[in-house]
Amino acid sequence: MALERQEKLNIAQRKHRGDWVVALAGNPNVGKSTVFNALTGLNQHTGNWPGKTVGCTQGRFVHGGTGFALVDIPGSYSLHAHSAEEEIARDYLLFGDVDMVVVVCDASCLERNMNLALQIIELEKPVVLCVNLLDEARKKHIRVDLPQLQAELGIPVVGMRARDGVGLPALKQALQTLANTAKPPTPRLPTYSPQVEHALAGIMEDLPAGLGSRRFIGLQILQGDLALLRKLDEALALSFPQPADATLQLHEEMQAAIAQGRFALAEQICARCVRHLNPKYLARQLHIDRFLTRRSTGLPVMLLLLALVLWLTIVGANYPSQLLSRALFALGDWLLVGLTRLHAPQWLCGLLVDGVYRVLAWVVSVMLPPMAIFFPLFTLLEDVGYLPRIAFNLDHVFARCNACGKQALTMCMGFGCNAAGVTACRIIDSKRERMIAILTNSLVPCNGRFPGLIAIISMFFAFGSGGMLSSAVSALLLCLAVLLCVGLTFLSSKLLSVTVLKGMPSSFVLEMPPFRRPQIGRVLVRSLLDRSLFVLGRAALVAAPAGLVIWLLGNVHLGGLSLLAHLSGFFDPLGRLLGMDGIILVAFILGFPANEIVIPLILMGYLASGSIVEMASLGALKALLLANGWTGTTALCTLAFMLLHWPCSTTLLTIKKETGSLSWTALAALLPTALGAVLCAGIAALSRLLG
Amino acid sequence: MELGSLLAGQSARVLSLESSGALQQRLMDMGLVKGAQVRFLYASPAGDPRAYLVRGAVIALRNRDAAQIEVIQAAPRPKGAKIRGQKNGT
Repeated sequence: MALERQEKLNIAQRKHRGDWVVALAGNPNVGKSTVFNALTGLNQHTGNWPGKTVGCTQGRFVHGGTGFALVDIPGSYSLHAHSAEEEIARDYLLFGDVDMVVVVCDASCLERNMNLALQIIELEKPVVLCVNLLDEARKKHIRVDLPQLQAELGIPVVGMRARDGVGLPALKQALQTLANTAKPPTPRLPTYSPQVEHALAGIMEDLPAGLGSRRFIGLQILQGDLALLRKLDEALALSFPQPADATLQLHEEMQAAIAQGRFALAEQICARCVRHLNPKYLARQLHIDRFLTRRSTGLPVMLLLLALVLWLTIVGANYPSQLLSRALFALGDWLLVGLTRLHAPQWLCGLLVDGVYRVLAWVVSVMLPPMAIFFPLFTLLEDVGYLPRIAFNLDHVFARCNACGKQALTMCMGFGCNAAGVTACRIIDSKRERMIAILTNSLVPCNGRFPGLIAIISMFFAFGSGGMLSSAVSALLLCLAVLLCVGLTFLSSKLLSVTVLKGMPSSFVLEMPPFRRPQIGRVLVRSLLDRSLFVLGRAALVAAPAGLVIWLLGNVHLGGLSLLAHLSGFFDPLGRLLGMDGIILVAFILGFPANEIVIPLILMGYLASGSIVEMASLGALKALLLANGWTGTTALCTLAFMLLHWPCSTTLLTIKKETGSLSWTALAALLPTALGAVLCAGIAALSRLLG
Repeated sequence: MELGSLLAGQSARVLSLESSGALQQRLMDMGLVKGAQVRFLYASPAGDPRAYLVRGAVIALRNRDAAQIEVIQAAPRPKGAKIRGQKNGT
């Protein structure tokens, strides 16, 4: 039997040959990742599943002298492949090099979780059931009789409170016992209606011998899973006979009958093992949820939270950014001194310090503090469980645009970083709707653009010189700008859905998890580390070369003018058409690697200095801009273009990676640019008309 | 009656799923099979989607999708009566 293709799914990296591969499966929101982290600690790493843009986390732990390689399967409600994640889960469990499976369940919701557990049991591999979140169940007065559950299912059952580490030794022990057992216990397999069993027996007769999980494969064939059939054909180089009277309706009847049978068993088991001592256990959560989703309170709460997060990000990042930039620039001076001592030529010093290092330092100091605040806040909201409520509240608007409510979440993520928002679009199952979300993500301003936006708003549009009133007005105007972008996101989504991304809205089934106390410590650490590493990495990869190019443009002279000046002159007519000027437009173009450097580039252009410049105060900056011909219109157009222009290089690269297509990436660059250009040209024309 | 016609707090039992394809499978994965108990909890500000209690979990469905689920309303329980295995939650 040809098993070459199975090699591709042997993704678990066994450190030692004797390692057992354990797959960790479960519904979303059951605390699977907490269990994973508790088992592996820092001994883990994340990559991608081969050929897919779905994250794959693996880790390892040792217990009683046995090594276990743990593979985290994407959370899924069943092994039917609706999305890329569920397909991966199914394929890996079926075809991968998995020795044992741990199914993590939510004790408060055991009946629904049992669906996946029973399917995995049908795979006929050694399974351990891990009943997690027992503390939450206890608070709801839900009692789970674990020994009885073990007796009913016929597989080891371990109770767990993963957040506190309770139950972990028992889980490790259960896995080791399984590893040492030659013949694992036979679990109770679900049986179905006579009609189903009869049809199943017929199919199983035709399946080759020696094939593990024959019952499971037979059931999938009965349900008409063509994709699986094709994979089986490939994996085993055999061709399976299609049932003679295979029709869509028959398959769907089978699906319904099989699901019913499985849930009937789940109900039976849970009736014997789970007791609800308080029938009103959901009352408090419902109370909160009704508050969060009522028309009068739901939307205001959302807007307030968004404003709060943005405000905390901006205000909280202000001082650290200044400190960081002062420190890094001082370091730069020190670097210059060092280079001079080494007798490095003048031009090299300039290139390295004024060019490369300065841009690097600027990007890090502007980007790091806001991201270090925004993403932990966002992750906290996610941990608490609030994010699905946002998708729930906004789904109607997105549905009207033929998009998905989850786009609200990716849009919020985009406020932090457009590249992160694009990656987050993986949560949208439908390819068409995911593409809409990806293409429109850059229409909302990210952390990198906020400083520039605030600077321009404060200088030109806020009244009440300095002080509380002025900053309150600035904040309000920023909110208005953000709302404009959100509105444009809706419009663009609608436009895309009737032009290049036509299609019917997919079904939207969203689980609203119970509110949980967030693991603040863990969130902060993980979020900070991830984000800081990302920013520093991006600075190195993108900003440094950009700094090089910018320095060259500023310091290489041709015919008495720097290359930068030539460029600005070339783009001046277009810039003026858009209500700006050549220097501003070139600043945007050169700001392609990172939006943070746009304002410094503008200054660099006006001052004809050889490197990017930071201005001491907003007052001085405003004076410089006015001296260079800025009017209210210029400020407005620059503001508009800052909100709506091509995505930064990191975002475009991410889009290319997620979509795998150059043409979609090009459209992603074109859409915001076209919108921005039209808006700016419109404002400029209007202003000329009104004199 | 359709699932979408339930009023707040009302329970029902699933009679049949008129949907097909991916939606049907998705609904069944969530536990909405024939005979399952459902309870309408609350709606979003626009009235669509609406949140239902299914097997101890809260699931949000768009009205268009909920319209394809035929249910029969459960008879109102006499006050104080305990039903074995009843997990209404509210």
